[in-house]
Amino acid sequence: MVDKSAVGLKDEPFEMVVEQGKVREFAIATKSSNPAYLDDPQPVSPPTFLVTSTFWTPASMRPGGSLFKKVNLDMRRVLDGGREFVFHGPPPRAGTKLIAQNRVEDIYEKEGKRGGTMTFVVTVQEFRDERGELVAEMRSTAIETGRPPKEDK
Amino acid sequence: MGVTWDDLEEGATTEPLVVGPLTRTDFVRYQGASGDFNPIHHDEEYAKAAGFPTVFSVGMLQAGILATFATDWLGPENVRTYGFQFREQVWPGDTLTCQGAVSKRYEADGERRVDLELTCTKQDGGTAIKGNATFVVA
Repeated sequence: MVDKSAVGLKDEPFEMVVEQGKVREFAIATKSSNPAYLDDPQPVSPPTFLVTSTFWTPASMRPGGSLFKKVNLDMRRVLDGGREFVFHGPPPRAGTKLIAQNRVEDIYEKEGKRGGTMTFVVTVQEFRDERGELVAEMRSTAIETGRPPKEDK
Repeated sequence: MGVTWDDLEEGATTEPLVVGPLTRTDFVRYQGASGDFNPIHHDEEYAKAAGFPTVFSVGMLQAGILATFATDWLGPENVRTYGFQFREQVWPGDTLTCQGAVSKRYEADGERRVDLELTCTKQDGGTAIKGNATFVVA
């Protein structure tokens, strides 16, 4: 069972540096040939680049983040409900040092079409610059289904 | 990117981005870049043991390719939001077509902005990713 009292909980913040080589690698892997990523010595990062915060996550928070343990999601019954990236200005450029922090934003329930209650867990990873300004957010929605999902072939 | 405010009326589109056929190498390259090493995307035996006919793509790869379509159109510096949901799985050999259209054009907080509706579809017509984005326009 999901623990609704987990709303508002936060993980420890950790540092992440946006690196030029990583931006290039990520842009190429997502089929971009845009010179704004590949040729600029201080490129902005691609819209989904912040998933690479996983490389900076302290070992104590892996795998899946300690927040998910606190929320008590049953990972066998979890569907991915999508992501949203928000930028409060241009996406962070190579050379930017960010402080990332996970928090549980919301937990709510909906009745599923085929019976059973679905529980939506919204987590946000916030990214702040060295002055503490909110630069970007990565919002993820996990859905715990009423019963194990059938394999989608 | 040469696109102006006047070009971006509601319903405006641009040339689709067509990518593929995707290979297992594409999946692995994205896994290395992103740090998501779930073996279901590269380990044939693991995928079959889990009941799948073969490995399948990382959802975030096609989400990233759809983002590439949008930033090629309106500029990497100009994106302000990008949201999406995963629909059908993408398999080795699939070809993806990324498309989008302006759903809203408006001014807010002293900026000119457009909202986009975005789709990434497969050659069989199935939808892989459904997304939306907001860009500022110079």
